[in-house]
Amino acid sequence: MSDNQLLELIERYLNGEMTKEERTRFEILRNENVEVNETVTEHKHFTSLIKQYGERLELEQRLNAIHDEIDVEALEDEYMIHPSFVVRLWRNHHSKISVAASIAIFAVLCTLFFTGYLTNRERNYMELSGKIKILENSTHQLSGKIKNLEPGRRNNINPGNFRGTGFAISSNGYIVTDYHVVGGADSVYVQSADGKSYRAKVIHSEVAPDIAVLEITDPEFKNLSPLPYTFKKTETDIGENVFTVGYPGDVFVLGPGYLTANSGFQNDSTSYQVSITANPGDSGAPLLDSKGNVIGIINGKETHIEGTGFARKSSYLLKAIDNIPADSLNKPLNMNSKNGLATLSRVQQIKKLQNYVFMVRVYGKGL
Amino acid sequence: MSKEINSGIPTDSEVILGILNNSESVLKRLYIGYFPMVLQLIINNSGDGDDAKDIYQEAIIILYNKVKTGDFELSSKLKTYIYSVCRRLWLKRLSQMNRYGGDIKDFQEYLAVDDETERQNDRDIQFNKMGDALKLLGEPCKTIIEDFYIHNRSMQEICDTFGYTNADNAKTQKYKCLQRLKKLFFQQNKE
Repeated sequence: MSDNQLLELIERYLNGEMTKEERTRFEILRNENVEVNETVTEHKHFTSLIKQYGERLELEQRLNAIHDEIDVEALEDEYMIHPSFVVRLWRNHHSKISVAASIAIFAVLCTLFFTGYLTNRERNYMELSGKIKILENSTHQLSGKIKNLEPGRRNNINPGNFRGTGFAISSNGYIVTDYHVVGGADSVYVQSADGKSYRAKVIHSEVAPDIAVLEITDPEFKNLSPLPYTFKKTETDIGENVFTVGYPGDVFVLGPGYLTANSGFQNDSTSYQVSITANPGDSGAPLLDSKGNVIGIINGKETHIEGTGFARKSSYLLKAIDNIPADSLNKPLNMNSKNGLATLSRVQQIKKLQNYVFMVRVYGKGL
Repeated sequence: MSKEINSGIPTDSEVILGILNNSESVLKRLYIGYFPMVLQLIINNSGDGDDAKDIYQEAIIILYNKVKTGDFELSSKLKTYIYSVCRRLWLKRLSQMNRYGGDIKDFQEYLAVDDETERQNDRDIQFNKMGDALKLLGEPCKTIIEDFYIHNRSMQEICDTFGYTNADNAKTQKYKCLQRLKKLFFQQNKE
């Protein structure tokens, strides 16, 4: 019997098309022959799967036909809960939005950080005392320590942490500078144009006008010749040709410019605004008019507008000098009243001024 | 027959009787009656109209087969049953697509119907294989098999349709077709 014939038998058997006799005979065959029995079961299972598959297809077609009669779009409009656009946007894209927001926040923080906005939020006013770079500083400290190890070589020139400019207000060693240059200092040294360094001490300081008066206490200091400049008591007019001399770096630098406003940073009436390229380190430098009168003392600059500096008016400087308690003065403080610069050329003026302007070095200032 | 003229959602027992009697109109009213509920569930839980159609039809087929095989017991409202099955199927689909955010907005009460959807899933796999095997089988075998095993047409009719000279030739052809179909089907099983 071929497989083909067996299959026909099986199908007739399963479909109940056999006569009673045939059926009995087939059942005996089935019982005797395991292989035949298995084929019957398998065939039955497989054909019923085909049948069910067909029924499923038919049912799906029926359902699709019904479905086609439904106006799905109208129903969608009816049953869709319409949250606000923002809510839907958030619901469908919240992960993307979160990522985008994090990146945006990160970018903003980075920008703020790198532009210095975070550290300098409240101040767009920069004090001009130069901070020597940390690296340089540590090198100097190291070299200072090495020098200190050798006896007899102490008190040599040793650049301070904090540096500004100061200038003499009398020939016997009184110097004025900005309070922010020397505030909080452990020790102060001033260095003259010829490179000599003298120990000084702060004898008077006033925080609000940002003014400090130093006295050179070093025994090696010899009195200067009489001051060639005077201090102007009245206000100077806008447009006056002015200049400053100071130590923004290790060299004596001239800063020429004009007086551009009678009030300083944020309309501070105690200051002038000048168009001078002031640099860190110019803090405490004198501001002079063309005749060589001191009209102010440099104390800051506008960080956002290049070439704009501020100087405290000389009248406030004089007031601060007047305020020095008498018992702080070891020597008489005689202000000069004779101007020796008025008729000189700018070059000559500066040559003279050089002896009266000092680099101020500060040690141990809260760093 | 008066029941079939009624429009609107059929009652639960009407549905069961209607399915058993192959009533087209009950099926239609059932389908139209509960579709909006399922559509509402799907489209408000990040699906669209086509998703709703797929899920709903799957649920109706589950119900249909359960009623047909006689193991459907109406332990809750039919509405709740359909909603629960659709909900379960949709959650499964969402997690397969990695779109399941952990919460689903519900509009009806629902029951746990896990094993029913599982059983349905196994059958679907078998049917998909059968469909693929039939497609691979090609003509005229596909039609012969479908006519004989699905549409219950006699060998004589098939013989006439395909112009075989006698029924024996047709039988031989059908036998060969069936053997090939089995081979294709079980090959897929192994893969």
